[in-house]
Amino acid sequence: MNSKPYVREVSKTTWFLSHPRYKRYMAREVTCIFIFAYTFLLIVALARLSQGEEAFNAFVQALRSPLGVLFNVAALIAAVYHSMSWFDVTPQAMPIQMGEEFVAGNIIVNAHYGAWAVVSLIILFWGM
Amino acid sequence: MSELQKRQIQLEVLRYNPETDTAPRYQTYSVPCLEEWVVLDALNYIKDHLDPTLSYRWSCHMAVCGSCGMMVNGEPKLACKAFIHEYKEGQIKVEPIANFPIERDLVTSVEDFITKLASVKPYLIPKEDKPVSAGEFKQTPAELKKFKQYTLCINCMLCYAACPQYALVPEFLGPAAISMAHRYNQDSRDGGRDQRQEVIASDEGVWECSFVGACSEVCPKHVDPAGALQQVKVASTIDWYKEHLMPWMKK
Repeated sequence: MNSKPYVREVSKTTWFLSHPRYKRYMAREVTCIFIFAYTFLLIVALARLSQGEEAFNAFVQALRSPLGVLFNVAALIAAVYHSMSWFDVTPQAMPIQMGEEFVAGNIIVNAHYGAWAVVSLIILFWGM
Repeated sequence: MSELQKRQIQLEVLRYNPETDTAPRYQTYSVPCLEEWVVLDALNYIKDHLDPTLSYRWSCHMAVCGSCGMMVNGEPKLACKAFIHEYKEGQIKVEPIANFPIERDLVTSVEDFITKLASVKPYLIPKEDKPVSAGEFKQTPAELKKFKQYTLCINCMLCYAACPQYALVPEFLGPAAISMAHRYNQDSRDGGRDQRQEVIASDEGVWECSFVGACSEVCPKHVDPAGALQQVKVASTIDWYKEHLMPWMKK
């Protein structure tokens, strides 16, 4: 058979602009940058702490600057979006079968939100 | 009884003739469509009344055979399930299913998918051979329910058309093939998981998936391939920990 199939090229850099669902996916992926940056910030905090009280206080002072607050707010929003986007798909990754039936997806999702709330409250009160 | 409503639809179809064309081109057909029609009916109208040279695949016209997967206004759809009344603008763009080479017009080459599907051994590999006289392999309703949804796959490849990972890394085994492997792995009568793991737990297998989730969004049979792939990842991760942290726990 004489065949000459035509291959449509996909742009390696702009493919995600072609559909809203790909943009949503990229939004979720981009939040990782903030998670990474925040993790890095925690490591810096540890390093400062090891250098003594003065260094650590200077670090805390820097965090209170407008830029520090802005970064923390941005990181918080990114982390919340990141977490929610994963919570919403947990029933797909972790289906639970009880007897014959599968547990309804919203129960699994809500359980995650519930656990999140409990852990957040514990950390909040423990830290105060 | 009301008279059937007709609406003139402009069908913009991507055409490609491998004998004469160097690249695909669009051709627009004006089709008098009934509101009850699907895109496949409009294509059949073109073939019967306007242009017999138009090539496309179809068979059952009832979302069972999986032959008529196409891009309808940029969305992977079965042409037999894409209702004309859902396209209010009066213009519908029809292209061959994305991420597969175009053979002619709306017909694509599906060899890559067929090869990948075969590579995961999508059939029952019984745990133990037993003669027919020993009776049937029994299964409870709960055991059946565990994998039933994956049996609904009709190999239409819409999930491959939606998957950006497959578009960027053509070696990726892809949603339907891995879902089908998962279907048999989940089957209580099957004992072939180890054989399939070599293929699906590889870099070009499930680990190429980054859970975009597009496959499940476009699946016309609600198979949820994205879910299957994440479950394969969880199971493969558990395998890895068992092998490296508990080497004495041989299967």
